[in-house]
Amino acid sequence: MSADRTDISIVLCGEAGQGIQTVENVLVRLLKRSGFHVFATKEYMSRIRGGVNSTVIRAGGERVRAYSERIDLLLPLGRGGLRHLARRISAETVLAGEPEHLEGDVPGARLEVPLKRLAAEAGSKAPVNMAALGVAAGLLALEGEVVARVIRETFSGKDQAQVEANVVAAAKGAEAGRNLVRGGFFRPPPFRAVNDVSEEIVLSGAEAVGLGALAGGCDFLSSYPMSPSTGVMTFLAGRAKDFGVVVEQAEDEISAVNMALGAWYAGGRAMVTTSGGGFALMVEGLSLAGMLESPLVIHVGQRPGPATGLPTRTEQADLEFVLRAGHGEFPRVILAPGTLEEGFDLTRRAFDTADRYQIPVFILSDQYFMDSLYNLPPFDVAGGPPERRFVRTAKDYRRYALTPDGVSPRGIPGFGEGLVSVDSDEHDEEGHITEDLKLRKVMVEKRLRKGAAAAGAAVAPRWTGPAEAKDVVVSWGSTGPIIEEALGVLGRRDAAHLHFAQVHPLHADAGALLRRARRRVCVEGNATGQFRRLLEAASGVSIEHGILKYDGLPFSVEEVAEGLGGLLDGGG
Amino acid sequence: MDPSRYDIEGLDIAWCPGCGNFSILRALKLALSRLDILPRDLVIVSGIGQAAKTPHYLRTHVFNGLHGRALPPATAIKTVNPGLTVIVESGDGDMYGEGGNHLLHAIRRNPDITCLVHDNMVYGLTKGQASPTSRPGFKTPVQVGGVFEEPFNPVALAVAMGASFVARALATDIERTADVIVRAVRHRGFSLVDILQPCVSFNKLNTLDWFREHTRELPGGYDPGDRMAAMRTALEEDLALGVIFQREGRPAFEEQTGIYGLDPTPLPFRAEDRGPGLTAVMRNKR
Repeated sequence: MSADRTDISIVLCGEAGQGIQTVENVLVRLLKRSGFHVFATKEYMSRIRGGVNSTVIRAGGERVRAYSERIDLLLPLGRGGLRHLARRISAETVLAGEPEHLEGDVPGARLEVPLKRLAAEAGSKAPVNMAALGVAAGLLALEGEVVARVIRETFSGKDQAQVEANVVAAAKGAEAGRNLVRGGFFRPPPFRAVNDVSEEIVLSGAEAVGLGALAGGCDFLSSYPMSPSTGVMTFLAGRAKDFGVVVEQAEDEISAVNMALGAWYAGGRAMVTTSGGGFALMVEGLSLAGMLESPLVIHVGQRPGPATGLPTRTEQADLEFVLRAGHGEFPRVILAPGTLEEGFDLTRRAFDTADRYQIPVFILSDQYFMDSLYNLPPFDVAGGPPERRFVRTAKDYRRYALTPDGVSPRGIPGFGEGLVSVDSDEHDEEGHITEDLKLRKVMVEKRLRKGAAAAGAAVAPRWTGPAEAKDVVVSWGSTGPIIEEALGVLGRRDAAHLHFAQVHPLHADAGALLRRARRRVCVEGNATGQFRRLLEAASGVSIEHGILKYDGLPFSVEEVAEGLGGLLDGGG
Repeated sequence: MDPSRYDIEGLDIAWCPGCGNFSILRALKLALSRLDILPRDLVIVSGIGQAAKTPHYLRTHVFNGLHGRALPPATAIKTVNPGLTVIVESGDGDMYGEGGNHLLHAIRRNPDITCLVHDNMVYGLTKGQASPTSRPGFKTPVQVGGVFEEPFNPVALAVAMGASFVARALATDIERTADVIVRAVRHRGFSLVDILQPCVSFNKLNTLDWFREHTRELPGGYDPGDRMAAMRTALEEDLALGVIFQREGRPAFEEQTGIYGLDPTPLPFRAEDRGPGLTAVMRNKR
């Protein structure tokens, strides 16, 4: 590891079922507890056992919020790991583990540690992955007492003998790690977090969205499990009783979205969570939301398609799908969180935007966002329960009363004297079927007026860097923090970053901001430049360059820095 | 209560003259008046089809959604506000064709809702194609050689799946149909009522005479709690009329969600500050 680094990148790899996830979970907490900023993300195959999966954990003196390809310390838990990661292993990489797992035609210094023997010495119940965790802790000079405490916390409630076996295995590993440090084979990172991180929390994207949903008053979630979106469902299911949330696993996505619409109709605050294929099944329901003028919150965690595609990988290729989905014309809002703060804020906001304008609101994330975690200050959750925007109905209540901004007061059944009628057919102000074609036109225009109102409340894109830049790098959704770090690595003072957390409708300033730079580059995770097209069409500004990625892996800081470096130096 | 309480004046009803739907609408109003359910406490959920237009023809709250998709929103409405009476109005194409999967899972969930299926063994709104309950040999402009598939047997399916209330009625017998609807709504849990009905425009095979010949009343002393007897009845050639199976005591879906255990307040009327709870969740993430 070079001396000027402010973070160390630790990678664990092995087969599915070897417990890499558990090590990641413990090590991330452990590093944060030891005073580091942490970031972790994983890549895995669509299988329950076998294959090769890996997770990268970055521990820094400053905040780390993006995926880096660099590997400073690699801990393979099985064969095949080295070949899987060969491209990312350099001469500066230190590889530590069972001798037979270090064999392979890759560079890097080898530190042989008999993980199996260490685990065996710790007792018959002691797992190898906990010995590996200990080795990492020892090499990084983490305090043994903290290691034991974090393991006990993580596994609290589990079989006591097993937990203690984990503690002993980690202690044996840590001893081996410390011996390597004493022997001069490894230099622990000299830095710790500049600011105190002890009050900060460590969350994944799925958890940030889940917390945002709870803060937004979500009381109903109906969904069908689908990677990578299921994490939101599991998060809410685990807290359903405490917060009074109905979490129902529907028989299919069609049922899920129709349940959510029923829930909103009756006065609940519902969301669905899915991925591209599941959302495809929800499309008719989306159109129904448009016609019923029902609020709806839809989380779509993107993965590569078409069809089943790569179930456990990442991509940003469903933007145009989500934007255009649904027959007929009706307004919608699409939010795309880049940071965990945005994951929380935008999801909370989605419920209010949906309720206020009576439209579907999307949270468009992806596998990389769902499965990445890092530390951050806790969210502000003061301010009381969110406003419920339904009204008490009078006897002559009309669900679709015509109003200047198109938004009719929304009544719910059983609250007031009026009757609430909503209809998938074209309908009159009372919500009953009509084939009055003059009224049809009036109703189309009413629905579209809500879109104009919602556009006026769009989330502004975030500009960072010099006010007048030679180049501006545009991002949306999960790629934001990667580009931010890449621009930092490049150290360009003449380049700015423009990040869009709302991708539809676009904020009115988008065009003016794009014009602030002489040249524009859009970086996104798909093969055809979907956001670039959208932005050009909406702003009338030409985006000269695009950097695209669609192999199923997230952009890395290095990749973006290299791509941008070449482009920005290219003159123009 | 007077059934005219549910009447809407000046209606332009889209059904054909002589349609069995008129009888079902009358039976429904009769049942609701006997049950003393106020329009403001009643939600009728429907999908698409001629039967699905029913909620527009009486005074009630209406959720008229997508073809085949009435059960998911109905389940959610009852769950979000268990104080409402929720009735689904559907047809044989809507419920047994397009929405078949939702029927299976609604039976499994057992929400306290009533599902009335207007079963005329033909597609009316799309002009005369076969439905899942059409009899073999039934010729249509699409099934030109006649239907050859085995007809869908909703009663046998529901009994096999342990549905908590399964009944069949004949639309033209308004009094008995109303009685079955009353029992279905009173039943705590999911109730399926298959209502046989002639289609005067498109089904020249299953006419009122055909239904009279092919239906029979349940024998005296019939025990709807006997599941094996119900299954035998469901599989008979002649279509039995009445409450074929009823299973009491199975908890309803909305009770099982666990959200009403401590607080019976329907979800929309809760105003709990989640701040302290969220703070506690985040504290565990340090």
